[in-house]
Amino acid sequence: MTKVRLTVNGQPWTVDIDPRVTVLDLLREHLGLTGAKKGCDRGQCGACTVLRDGRRVNSCLVLAVSADGSEIVSVEGLAGDSDLHPLQRSFLDHDAYQCGYCTPGQLCSAVGALAELEAGWPSAVTDKGSTPTLEPEEIRERMSGNLCRCAAYVNIVAAVYEVGRSA
Amino acid sequence: MTGTARAGPTTGTPAAIGARLVRIEGPDKVRGAAPYAYEYPVDGVTYCCAVGSTVTRGRVRSTSADAIRQVPGVLEVLWHANAPRLATADGSELAVLQSDRVAYRRQIVAAVVAESFEIATEAARMLEIEYDDEPFAVELRADDPDLYRPDKVNPNFATDTETGDVDGALRSATYGVDHTYRTPAYHNNPMEPHASIAVWHGDELTVFDSNQGASPVRARLAELFGVPPGSVRVVAEHVGGGFGAKGTPRPVVVLTAMAARVVGRPVKMAATREQMFAFVGYRTPTIQRVRLGADADGRIVGISHEVVEQTSTIDEFAEQTAVATRMMYAGANRRTTHRLRRLDVPTPAWMRAPGECPGMYALESAVDELAIASGLDPVELRLRNDPQTDPETGAPFTSRNLAACLRDGSRLFGWTQRHAEPRVQRDGRWLVGTGLAASTYPARARASKATARARRDGGFDVELCAADIGTGARTALTQIAADALGVAPAVVRLRLGDTNFSEAPLAGGSMGTSSWGWAVTRACEGLRARLAEADGSVPVDGLAVEVDTKEEIERREQRPAHAFGAQFAEVRVDEGTGEIRVARLLGVFAVGRIVNPMTARSQLIGGMTMGVSMALLEASLLDREYGDYLNHDLAQYEIATCADVPRVEAHWIDERDDFVNPLGAKGVGEIGIVGTAAAIANATYNATGVRVRDLPIRLEKLIG
Repeated sequence: MTKVRLTVNGQPWTVDIDPRVTVLDLLREHLGLTGAKKGCDRGQCGACTVLRDGRRVNSCLVLAVSADGSEIVSVEGLAGDSDLHPLQRSFLDHDAYQCGYCTPGQLCSAVGALAELEAGWPSAVTDKGSTPTLEPEEIRERMSGNLCRCAAYVNIVAAVYEVGRSA
Repeated sequence: MTGTARAGPTTGTPAAIGARLVRIEGPDKVRGAAPYAYEYPVDGVTYCCAVGSTVTRGRVRSTSADAIRQVPGVLEVLWHANAPRLATADGSELAVLQSDRVAYRRQIVAAVVAESFEIATEAARMLEIEYDDEPFAVELRADDPDLYRPDKVNPNFATDTETGDVDGALRSATYGVDHTYRTPAYHNNPMEPHASIAVWHGDELTVFDSNQGASPVRARLAELFGVPPGSVRVVAEHVGGGFGAKGTPRPVVVLTAMAARVVGRPVKMAATREQMFAFVGYRTPTIQRVRLGADADGRIVGISHEVVEQTSTIDEFAEQTAVATRMMYAGANRRTTHRLRRLDVPTPAWMRAPGECPGMYALESAVDELAIASGLDPVELRLRNDPQTDPETGAPFTSRNLAACLRDGSRLFGWTQRHAEPRVQRDGRWLVGTGLAASTYPARARASKATARARRDGGFDVELCAADIGTGARTALTQIAADALGVAPAVVRLRLGDTNFSEAPLAGGSMGTSSWGWAVTRACEGLRARLAEADGSVPVDGLAVEVDTKEEIERREQRPAHAFGAQFAEVRVDEGTGEIRVARLLGVFAVGRIVNPMTARSQLIGGMTMGVSMALLEASLLDREYGDYLNHDLAQYEIATCADVPRVEAHWIDERDDFVNPLGAKGVGEIGIVGTAAAIANATYNATGVRVRDLPIRLEKLIG
């Protein structure tokens, strides 16, 4: 067992855990936060995406012991003191989900993607040497690490684009 | 009892059916607060991890179970030698750990139960298993001498049909095509894996399970564990997708319940993604020979569709691949056949639009080839062969608006601007092409029960054991109930996904809205009448009406009832690299009345996008050496993602078919995937002049 200190959705935790436990399983099996989902446990589907120190990560690929000192935000913490985060509201308005299993990961990923765009990070579709701008093509590229088998993709892109544009 | 409350229809309530109502459970889903099967908090829960066979056919001789039981935290190791016997004699997929036989690679041969997920997973990896292995056959071939004719195809269609002189008609036709089309195996891969938590209290079993129908899961568990159905409760409140893979119980729920019984504590288990490619079902690969013959006017005179596909050695599943060909186009001389091979593979099962999906890829590709052979526009060829009565039986369709879909689609897509000649349209390095295909799916309904209850606070509870696997069923049924009660949706609380509610059929075959909606309508109508009789007074414990639509459904006249559609695709192919992109996909559907345009549209574009995935990406690749699917994860089994679908549009025509059910709705879950792959293959031919007859269409098939 190893002692790990981290903050989850603003709340500090000190946990004594098996060093094999991932951040995803820490949230789901130990802290009762089942918002982040396990779709593959291999970093291939994105359902487990959370924000770690402001950046999106596949929480199934991060061992909890290596997240010591981190600030984690999962879907349960996105809205903060508000009722809903603007992206959560936009997902409802655009029906950007069906079964809902990938949705928490999509939302955390969208928060991260918009922040990366805002910070000027280029993507594979950004013209070389230029600063990326908020375009549907950029959203599609940046959201493509989050699989949705129900295939709500065109609605997800519309939902994220609308929030990005009004920010 | 003195006090009564009043409830009843309010006048002037606007119709809920047809409204763009946000999903009832939407706020819970976007907050991560909707519980899925694996997420229910259960005290003292333990973890189960399944171990799959490393041989493809043979027998389990021995295991190191005794040594693994000594690992700290391990509670039990189960294999056939110590697993409790289930009350089933057969060797089917659900006879988990019931014999030493291995029927396919990675079939469950053992399981570890431990205090934590990590301990169970590692102990499962450490377990050593000795086998006696045997020679096996895993490859489907059209010339296999061991092909056989099944007694029926899924669910109970005739295996073969033949009318007229098919070979003579094909021989004497002015225009003819004769080609073989192939589709690979596909794995459903809902995002939520199959998962269960099982809790026993004596002989009472509670299971939180991810499934498409809790009622059938309860029935099967009761049978397997030898307890009365009333002793089993199955809860499936939120389900992270199914696409057929959760339509019937799969080994996960059986193993979880078995393990919980053995260790005397609650057990939870989720299939790993790798296991999702092993023991939870998949779509069979198909080899389909399609022959079409037409006269000088482009009227089809002969149709033959012969299908070869696989099943396993332990269960028979015969996909009804050629069934849509029986009713799709006119033609006096027609034949369909299905042949199977029993291979040492997992048992295939339902995947979105079983039958229609692979079958219409082949048929609609062949029709495109016939259009080219006869020099007719593909829209015109289909219109000329669009029958108004069933071509096999002569019975009139309840409604058939394929022509309207083709015409509306042509206009919305801008079809007439295309060049029929391939490789004519260019945009820089991109070759641009357009193609279309027709879609169809049966409109059926199953008997269901439902309960409607008026509460004294003026609200209504409507309860049935339906499933919302992402379809929007909870929302659509709320709208249906609201209109039948004559109240606003906000005062209706629709509860489903629990065997404590009225028994209902599974979510599958695009039958949910028809079957459940029918029962909800009747229950609400019944309650409304009871309330009127009682002048709106509601007793303290409410006023409830439960109905069963069995008799009403059995009484009605049988007529061919189908939804139709037309899908149009624009593809762009890089002339140098062969990279292929679907720039645009547009579908127009005739699916009866639309209950909720927002969720219906999502279902249709979801199906169409899965069709893009099928056309360009998906294939489960068989390892002939080991008899296993090689690409058994989501990095190697590619599915469409945001970047693959820039523009997908779904439209529908104004249709209401009062024959199919009291709602006039036909169902929208499957039809979106039917025909999409053919539309894209046809567009690819138009762009490149290369006809791909074996999916997926990958770049290496387009260049060189």
